[in-house]
Amino acid sequence: MNWLKTLTLRASVITFLVSVGLILVGLVVGQRVEMLPVQASVNAPVYDELFRVLFSIATILFLGICGLLVYSLVRFRRPAGDLGDGAAIEDNLPLEIVWTAIPAVVVLFVGLYSYNIYERMGGMAPLADHSVMHAMPASDPGSGDRVWGGISTVSGESAELTVDVTALQFAFIFHYPIGNITTGELHVPEGERVELRMKANDVIHAFWVPQFRIKQDIIPGQPTVLTFTANRPGTYPIICAELCGPYHGGMRTSVVVHDRGAFDQWLTKNTPPVV
Amino acid sequence: MESTTQLPISLNPNHGSWLRYLSFSLDHKVVGIQYMVTGFLFYLVGGVLAGMIRTELATPISDYLSREIYNEVLTMHGTIMIFLWIVPVVNGAFGNYLIPFYVGARDMAFPRLNAVAFWMIPPAGLLLIASFFIGGASQSGWTAYPPLSLRTPALGQLIWIFSVLLLGGSSILGGINFIVTILKLRRPGLKMMQLPMYCWAMLGTSILVVLSTPVLAGTLVMLAFDIVAHTGFFNPAIGGNAVVYQHLFWFYSHPAVYIMVLPAFGLVSEILPVHARKPLFGYTTMVYSILAIVFLGLIVWAHHMFTSGTPPWMRLFFTIATSFIAVPTGIKFFNWLATLWGGKIALNSAMLFACAFIVNFVLGGITGVALAQVPFDIHVHDTYFVVAHFHYIVYGGTVFIIFSSIYHWYPKFTGRMLNEPLGILHFVLTFVGFNLCFGPQHWLGMNGMPRRVSEYDPQFTLMNQISSVGALLMALSTLPFLINVIHSAWRGRLAGDNPWRALTPEWLTSSPPPVENWAGAAPHVEHPYGYGIVETTP
Repeated sequence: MNWLKTLTLRASVITFLVSVGLILVGLVVGQRVEMLPVQASVNAPVYDELFRVLFSIATILFLGICGLLVYSLVRFRRPAGDLGDGAAIEDNLPLEIVWTAIPAVVVLFVGLYSYNIYERMGGMAPLADHSVMHAMPASDPGSGDRVWGGISTVSGESAELTVDVTALQFAFIFHYPIGNITTGELHVPEGERVELRMKANDVIHAFWVPQFRIKQDIIPGQPTVLTFTANRPGTYPIICAELCGPYHGGMRTSVVVHDRGAFDQWLTKNTPPVV
Repeated sequence: MESTTQLPISLNPNHGSWLRYLSFSLDHKVVGIQYMVTGFLFYLVGGVLAGMIRTELATPISDYLSREIYNEVLTMHGTIMIFLWIVPVVNGAFGNYLIPFYVGARDMAFPRLNAVAFWMIPPAGLLLIASFFIGGASQSGWTAYPPLSLRTPALGQLIWIFSVLLLGGSSILGGINFIVTILKLRRPGLKMMQLPMYCWAMLGTSILVVLSTPVLAGTLVMLAFDIVAHTGFFNPAIGGNAVVYQHLFWFYSHPAVYIMVLPAFGLVSEILPVHARKPLFGYTTMVYSILAIVFLGLIVWAHHMFTSGTPPWMRLFFTIATSFIAVPTGIKFFNWLATLWGGKIALNSAMLFACAFIVNFVLGGITGVALAQVPFDIHVHDTYFVVAHFHYIVYGGTVFIIFSSIYHWYPKFTGRMLNEPLGILHFVLTFVGFNLCFGPQHWLGMNGMPRRVSEYDPQFTLMNQISSVGALLMALSTLPFLINVIHSAWRGRLAGDNPWRALTPEWLTSSPPPVENWAGAAPHVEHPYGYGIVETTP
């Protein structure tokens, strides 16, 4: 049975080397992949870190499983005219325990890691905060006392700029209480925490800025707060991501991220004169 | 009790004319074929609608269909493909045809209920299609979220609700029939743990159908009341809550994914051992992983609502629960790979589709685990990334297995073989077309293209055009398939009773089988996957 031992040993060494190779390939691919739009908010690098880890794991699993499949199809192809059967192996408990344990550990790791990411994005911060509730316009019927929160950046600090957002078929309207400005295009200063107080009156819409990696549904009857900190000057699309009617595809506008000076200028220029 | 009763039967497999396929037949095999052909006809309709979507999206501006029609088309595409093609075929067609053979019965437990369940489908489908021509079909997507579904034209929405209620009712009747047949109609001496895996898959699926479909039915009745009687269940303008609808809807519609996928898991477990000449690896863990998927499938629905107003703890719970579905699913994939390992694999059309299913589904499963992570989902939710993900699951997964199953069981249905070169052409066109169509959509979603739009940012033009070319290839791929199934029905090579030398009970009778399934008593199959263990007769 010496040859059997050599065979098993050879198989183990090959399995080990292939696994190590796959993991290395996965890590390299995950670190190098460029598939997401530019990072324009504090959230974005945190999000992309998660994406890279998921992409590494995905590469390892996908290449591993497809490799094994293709190898089997080539190696164990039935010769023409062969009417025999393959090896009658019905199960192998240790092997089955291993491939139950590996996905369980991977999934547990991914779950805990993404929880950590979510916390760093501020997603687990308590949301129905009193100052927010009182700040909501009192004229909002049917809103109750509860304000729903979307994902937010660093928790704890209060926002430096507040904007009221009304989503309707088929536009976003932004109102700045600070200068009494109403506009169809969002302007925000770079590096400052912005709080959007969002509501919808007709149907469900969603506020999405791909470069900020944030999205939040705006649901009628459910005033919602979303905070973010943009950190890269430029113009980025705001996209409605929830089917809202025939012109849903056209419900787009822009968010302009200014440096502080330019934002102040914009604010002064657009503040209506006090009559 | 051995069933030695001689039945006064017509052993002629060609008993009755083709007209029996248009009748209220009580023969489970006829009902199975009825489901399959009806489903396929609706698949062609759904496919034409998909072609219209891809034509519109070949250019960044909304120029081919009016915006209202475009929303009608996308709503009908989803509804038809789910409720009239995948669910009826993967459950109704193969379930009705195979389950009585697998349990050693001569028919389903309730043949009349079975015929009723089938005959609810054509009127529901025709009604749905007719709504295009009477005032316009529903425009609110197959999810029909209020308040949008309360504001779009009411007639189309109401017809949609009525039609889905009929289809759901049909599904429930079928589910009850499968549960009773599998539990109570087994041949004496046949143990549960000797059943072919498709029985377990159908048992699990039917439990999901019976538990969750009534919730959808109740929800849609409430939605209909909101439209007709102006009740305020889901209308925030008069005190209702739109998010409650989403919870109720996904309480059915997430399990619905498993209703579409678990039977495919069962079918592929029948196909791989036959063409690899190996026992199905890990039978026991396969059974328990099906049961685990059924249980977990019922407690993950809110992962569809991570960007709706859900409290943080709920997001956390549903992330963890959803991720854990990867464990039993992973077990199944490793078991299938182990089934192939060391086999004697015949790489025919059935096997090519089955192996491509593994590739596609692994990719869809990986993006599924990623989507379960709240922070990841928040960026890609409601984008083309999600469209790509679920087409990799339901098309790359289930539809590939439907085709694999047709190549595998066609000789059983008709007594004739399908043409192999045409089958391989069909496979290559489908596989290449599918991946061209849906692969680029992952990138589109991550880079800013939302789903359900008829216009988009011009920077996405190239990827959309690649996707549309893929869709064209998928459309073309149905031609060799159609020619093959129609031509082979008359001119195909005669198959004999058991061309694959398979061991599962449906092959241990003539092809096509007699009305009573077996001339004498049902065979007692202890090892449905006993390749290399039990003697197979060539």
